[in-house]
Amino acid sequence: MTNVLQMKEITMQFGGVVAVNGLSLEVNQDEIVALIGPNGAGKTTAFNCVTGIYEPTFGQVDFLGETILSNTPKGKMQKLYTGDIVPRSLPTISNTPDVITKKGIARTFQNIRLFGQLTVFDNVLIAKHMRARQNVFSATFRLNYKVEQQMREETMALLEEQKLAHLKNEIASSLPYGLQRRLEIARALATEPKLLLLDEPAAGMNPQETQDLTDFIHQIRDSYHLTIFMIEHHMDLVMQISDRIYVLDFGKLIALGTPDEVQNNERVIEAYLGVSDDAED
Amino acid sequence: MKKNKIYTLLALLAAIGLLAFLQANRSEYSYQISILERSAIYAVVAVSMNLLTGFTGLFSLGQAGFMAIGAYVVAILTIPVENRASVYYVDGISPAIANLSCPFWLALILAGVVAAGIAALIGIPVLRLKSDYLAIATLGFSEIIRAVISAPQLNQITNGSYGLKNIPGFPNLFVAFGLCALCILVMVLLINSSYGRAFKALREDEIAAQAMGLNLFRYKQLAFVISSFFTGVGGGLLAMFMRSIDSKTFSITLTYDILLIVVLGGIGSVTGSVLGAFLVTAGREWLRFFDSPLTIGGFQVPLFRSGFRMVVFSILLMVVVLFYSRGIMGSNEFSWDGLGRLIKGIPARFRKGNAQKGDHTS
Repeated sequence: MTNVLQMKEITMQFGGVVAVNGLSLEVNQDEIVALIGPNGAGKTTAFNCVTGIYEPTFGQVDFLGETILSNTPKGKMQKLYTGDIVPRSLPTISNTPDVITKKGIARTFQNIRLFGQLTVFDNVLIAKHMRARQNVFSATFRLNYKVEQQMREETMALLEEQKLAHLKNEIASSLPYGLQRRLEIARALATEPKLLLLDEPAAGMNPQETQDLTDFIHQIRDSYHLTIFMIEHHMDLVMQISDRIYVLDFGKLIALGTPDEVQNNERVIEAYLGVSDDAED
Repeated sequence: MKKNKIYTLLALLAAIGLLAFLQANRSEYSYQISILERSAIYAVVAVSMNLLTGFTGLFSLGQAGFMAIGAYVVAILTIPVENRASVYYVDGISPAIANLSCPFWLALILAGVVAAGIAALIGIPVLRLKSDYLAIATLGFSEIIRAVISAPQLNQITNGSYGLKNIPGFPNLFVAFGLCALCILVMVLLINSSYGRAFKALREDEIAAQAMGLNLFRYKQLAFVISSFFTGVGGGLLAMFMRSIDSKTFSITLTYDILLIVVLGGIGSVTGSVLGAFLVTAGREWLRFFDSPLTIGGFQVPLFRSGFRMVVFSILLMVVVLFYSRGIMGSNEFSWDGLGRLIKGIPARFRKGNAQKGDHTS
């Protein structure tokens, strides 16, 4: 079983606030791994550290054996640093989000970020742009028509697979919420990722839609040979779908394991429900 | 589909016919020709500004500066060598450029290239800014460019504040309008290409665009450089049209004129910008009678005097912006089907209006 993503002692500190505190986790090939935790636990921050939107204060991220991000507190941060892990000297490696996407990590966003005024088709087509062999000159004078045609065919095929083909000329922002989520996932798939990060894919969905999403995630994992790492609040979905679960609270990892293990973990119950009367006996 | 192509062809033929007619009667219609030429040149610059503001979402106000660069490059390279002594009568001409001369088409390309090169340099610091801050920074750079051009230290190159004259004009109308049409055509091709799509993605959501593998800075820089290239060419065309230029031609008000055209035409619409360019430029001229004294039955209307034209023009603009807040075209493009719908819609609108009136009375 190969290691796809490895986060090592990731610490993200904003000023004096430690949002993620020494988080280490790994995601293996073909797994569906969930990251859960109460609001404000630092889940999305952890995602942003992986995708290069934030530069972690300390720690290292490896993707398919290659270190894509690595940092150690520098300058003013050396004094401010209050993370639990004692910082060692790590080389500084930083990549912008677009480079990380090219390497094969795609993501969706908690509050859907589609290209609102563009059509469904164009939304997906843009994701194909970065892998196409072309330049601005060849594109302007249509010397890239073969590349363009191939991009369009691939986009159409993807939309058909995702059952969005009949909506291809709709403006993205006019779609209902559930379809916008589907489109965002389709767009992420169009970047040809190896690892897909889903940030609360079931947010705002009703039980039926959530059930559909469960099947959908399984289906895309199998048909695109993906590894999936997701943040989710819907416990039904998480428990049903995940191979392993990491639980985060106040930026720290408090539990990990299979859904059954996590469900019965006292610290997890505490973090979610507060200390119960039974536990105090 | 086929019908629309025929319409387009007919419109094109009509335009060429009109040009041929104007070309044949050049001296008779010189006033109309000059309005049309200025409109066409403004249309080029407006479309290039729209490429940046409307399609890439970068609000830049540096147009006048890049036009100045283009205009001066064309002027320096095309003023006939034998006339240069009389143009640079104050401090003489720098020997480096005294015999430097090239045909106007090459000068226009160089005008674009120089403007694009300077844009690339300015872009490195400036494009890290967003929205209003970017506008202010580019406005500042535009003024710096103008100040540098008019600096007395550069008298031997730009002739400082004395300006440059004797710039050869367009050989004929077809060249003038053909060049403008070519520039706009290339920009339209770019906007509809895969790069144009990437620019639009950037406009819609920078973070999502980055997550789709687009290098933010590279694409912003690309849009800025390409837009500046065509602004530079537009400046060069303006120099050929005006035949004499000085640094005051390229003050902030020129940028505002272009901005006005873009907003009036519709941010994000190429045809809107072209339409806006012709309307704004011609509109100023149509309103000229407000500037001359008006006497009705022996009574001289007091408001009609020089300058009143611009007051009326401003009021008209405010009306347009209030009632068509997204500009004439919004972010739509012209299409024959759209025009057909508009024409067919007019009787229906009248009927609706009458019906409503009827309701009120009953």
